[in-house]
Amino acid sequence: MYKILKAEMLADKIYLMDVEAPRIAKACQPGEFVIVKMDDRGERIPLTICNYDREKGSITIVFQTVGASTEKMAVLKTGDSFADVVGPLGNASEFVHEDIEELKKKKFLFVAGGVGTAPVYPQVRWMKEHGIDVDVIVGAKTKDLLILEDAMREQAGNLYITTDDGSYERKGLVTEVIKDLVLNQGKKYDVCVAIGPMIMMKFACLVTKELGIPTVVSLNPVMVDGTGMCGACRVTVGDEVKFACVDGPEFDGHLVNFEEAMKRQMMYKSEEGRAVLKEREGDTHHGGCGLCGGNE
Amino acid sequence: MDVLKKVPVREQDPKVRATNFEEVCLGYNEEEAKEEASRCINCKNPKCVAGCPVSINIPGFIKEVENGNHEEAAKIIAQSSALPAVCGRVCPQESQCEGQCIRGIKGEPISIGKLERFVADYSREHGFVPTAPEKTNGKKVAVIGSGPSGLTCAGDLAKMGYEVTIFEALHEPGGVLTYGIPEFRLPKEGVVQPEIDNVRKLGVKIETNVIIGKSVTIDELLDEEGFQAIFIGSGAGLPMFMGIPGENANGVFSANEYLTRSNLMKAFRSDYDTPILASKKVAVVGGGNVAMDAARTALRLGAEVHVVYRRSEAELPARAEEVHHAKEEGIIFNLLSNPIEILTDEKGWVNGMKCIKMELGEPDASGRRRPVEIEGSEFVIDVDTVIMSLGTSPNPLISNTTNGLDINKRKCIIAEESTGKTSKEGVYAGGDAVTGAATVILAMEAGRAGARGIDEYLSSKE
Ligand SMILES: Cc1cc2nc3c(=O)[nH]c(=O)nc-3n(C[C@H](O)[C@H](O)[C@H](O)COP(=O)(O)OP(=O)(O)OC[C@H]3O[C@@H](n4cnc5c(N)ncnc54)[C@H](O)[C@@H]3O)c2cc1C
Ligand SMILES: Cc1cc2nc3c(=O)[nH]c(=O)nc-3n(C[C@H](O)[C@H](O)[C@H](O)COP(=O)(O)OP(=O)(O)OC[C@H]3O[C@@H](n4cnc5c(N)ncnc54)[C@H](O)[C@@H]3O)c2cc1C
Ligand code: SF4
Ligand code: SF4
Ligand code: FES
Repeated sequence: MYKILKAEMLADKIYLMDVEAPRIAKACQPGEFVIVKMDDRGERIPLTICNYDREKGSITIVFQTVGASTEKMAVLKTGDSFADVVGPLGNASEFVHEDIEELKKKKFLFVAGGVGTAPVYPQVRWMKEHGIDVDVIVGAKTKDLLILEDAMREQAGNLYITTDDGSYERKGLVTEVIKDLVLNQGKKYDVCVAIGPMIMMKFACLVTKELGIPTVVSLNPVMVDGTGMCGACRVTVGDEVKFACVDGPEFDGHLVNFEEAMKRQMMYKSEEGRAVLKEREGDTHHGGCGLCGGNE
Repeated sequence: MDVLKKVPVREQDPKVRATNFEEVCLGYNEEEAKEEASRCINCKNPKCVAGCPVSINIPGFIKEVENGNHEEAAKIIAQSSALPAVCGRVCPQESQCEGQCIRGIKGEPISIGKLERFVADYSREHGFVPTAPEKTNGKKVAVIGSGPSGLTCAGDLAKMGYEVTIFEALHEPGGVLTYGIPEFRLPKEGVVQPEIDNVRKLGVKIETNVIIGKSVTIDELLDEEGFQAIFIGSGAGLPMFMGIPGENANGVFSANEYLTRSNLMKAFRSDYDTPILASKKVAVVGGGNVAMDAARTALRLGAEVHVVYRRSEAELPARAEEVHHAKEEGIIFNLLSNPIEILTDEKGWVNGMKCIKMELGEPDASGRRRPVEIEGSEFVIDVDTVIMSLGTSPNPLISNTTNGLDINKRKCIIAEESTGKTSKEGVYAGGDAVTGAATVILAMEAGRAGARGIDEYLSSKE
């Protein structure tokens, strides 16, 4: 059992938990993820490691409720436990392995969308710990959905916040901020790291491609085992098929086939996918998410 | 009784079992077992034993069954096999023990697998349990992976007095026995779980959710956690795909994904959360045990199922019993056919599979006749789901993160057959991780060899 040391609601539908997992806390690096399972009948849910405390032996996860399992997880309180937490999975962000002096010569731009702010955070923190100031753009639908603002401000060089509806700081999408920084404010970046919803990463990549900034994205396809055993997580990058759990989850964003990745995510996810599933899965689609009507 | 024929084994009716996940074969009862045992002529030079990879004293245990001494029979089997309830069910007997049985020349061979299974089930039901040694020798050994090779190695070492910890990446132990082979062939609660519990009763600790190479490395286990030797039994779990157009469409799965969702995550039960696609028409590509298991699982989930295999029936690598059962249940075999493209609708879902007809040409390196395409013979099978079952290879995670551990070009760990010794001191390996995808009994035997190798190594270090 993996004890929840702290459970907190960060914003509507977004939750943060510190979970006791000594082996993972000792071994993990920015960019990696875990798979959690609530109880003996639960699904295996992949979540990025958003922070870690090597001394306390704990890791932090931040998740958004989107379906049956994340809804159930949201109800867990401090002192409850997950039946299973396995990790760290995936590969650490590439910069972790680079020479620090070389790294210091590069200018990094981090772009976070929505709950993607959480996975960006440990990377920015790692940079700060190694004496590197990076620029960070955080986008949220609206002020109330902005998460980890203070924590991010502490670690970032410059922090640019934007909301879709203009309820806080800038108004507009993260892509507009990227353009503004580069085209109007004369900023130059050698690397962009964009993490958020698939659609945001896709458009961020279109912009950075135009601007000539190499871009890394972190993909979140459907997964089962997370160890390279099932192939559920396959994505096309350039001409190659990769397993996101063992070859990624971070890839060259300019090579990712986002169209295919988004279609594959729909398999068990979107309204559309759910409707299809309800029709096709019949009794085996267990519903319970309250959204798709699969359990009606 | 016709001595030329096997005592028939009771099975669930094909029509009934096609809709449930209960075990297909019900096994012999005491009376039937006795009767079947009496057919064995107790050969002086038993060919059957030579056919069994672990050389079980087959006439010996069969004699005890005939005399009703089942506990004695169990002891004889235990000298050579740690997982009889499993092997009796899943060994390819027709090409091993039974394939050599002298009775098979004129009539049907002795039903050795079914008798072995009977003895194992009988001992479980009558509570013959192994006991842990009273005192351990204080030496710590780590075993990676809890499939048949890891479980056997751990059990043997524990019996010799070692303190053994198994590290397993998944949340449940058992390896392929748990996540791959379906319930209707190998019941989890009834058969696999008790075998694992027996290993625990010997004092073996099992730590799940630990991925060696990620959560902790082999070097750390040796240098920081005080393990003096390591056995790697991490299997060959990496699925292959064909690389044909449309393979990433929604509705194309690896057999591993399909079976893992169904077996490990129990997606076929509505009280578990993991979903699985209930398809109308499924094509399973491949002809091995894994393909049969995926096909029969899809059938039970309500689909019409086609097995698409590029050679002919004679070359099907699956166990004969599996092919027979699959046919009885209504699986359709499209032989001498090879997929060349998966067709999709505008939303990215599978809506057909284009294949080409094959004919058998000259024998290839493996001695099997090589299938060649018949030009212009393309045709489309109307399916909404495709399950790729083309084989698996070892996961490179451990070899990539362990200094000085040599692998061959198939990514298999290089190890000595008789001891499991690898290129790295104190590290032993066996099972599918070494041989590539093989069988339960071979993995088990490799676990035994590894335990012997580790014992020799640690004894010589004193
Ligand atoms: C490497 C990785 C890191 C992730 N990190 C985070 C994170 O830090 N915070 C966060 O909120 N979410 C993260 N996700 C997404 C999260 O795993 C999904 O939101 C979650 O699985 C949805 O489960 P559900 O049952 O509540 O939703 P449902 O929509 O009901 O899910 C149904 C099925 O689809 C699968 N599924 C649906 N959406 C996704 C998705 N986006 N990714 C993977 N599987 C999906 C689930 O496994 C399940 O089988 C990550 C995903 C991956 C692969
Ligand atoms: C669907 C299917 C049907 C089959 N049917 C038959 C049959 O009828 N008859 C037969 O004889 N054989 C059959 N086989 C083959 C047989 O199951 C295997 O040969 C056998 O299980 C191999 O045993 P193993 O111990 O080497 O590995 P596995 O059983 O594969 O076990 C390996 C274990 O190691 C774990 N692991 C892997 N990497 C790590 C890591 N880095 N850290 C920690 N743990 C790790 C895995 O999660 C797994 O639990 C079948 C296989 C499949 C997939
Ligand atoms: S272990 Fe397998 S090969 Fe050996 S006797 Fe039993 S069924 Fe036959
Ligand atoms: S070869 Fe057949 S008949 Fe002879 S001992 Fe073995 S099982 Fe019995
Ligand atoms: S999640 Fe199974 S291979 Fe990646």
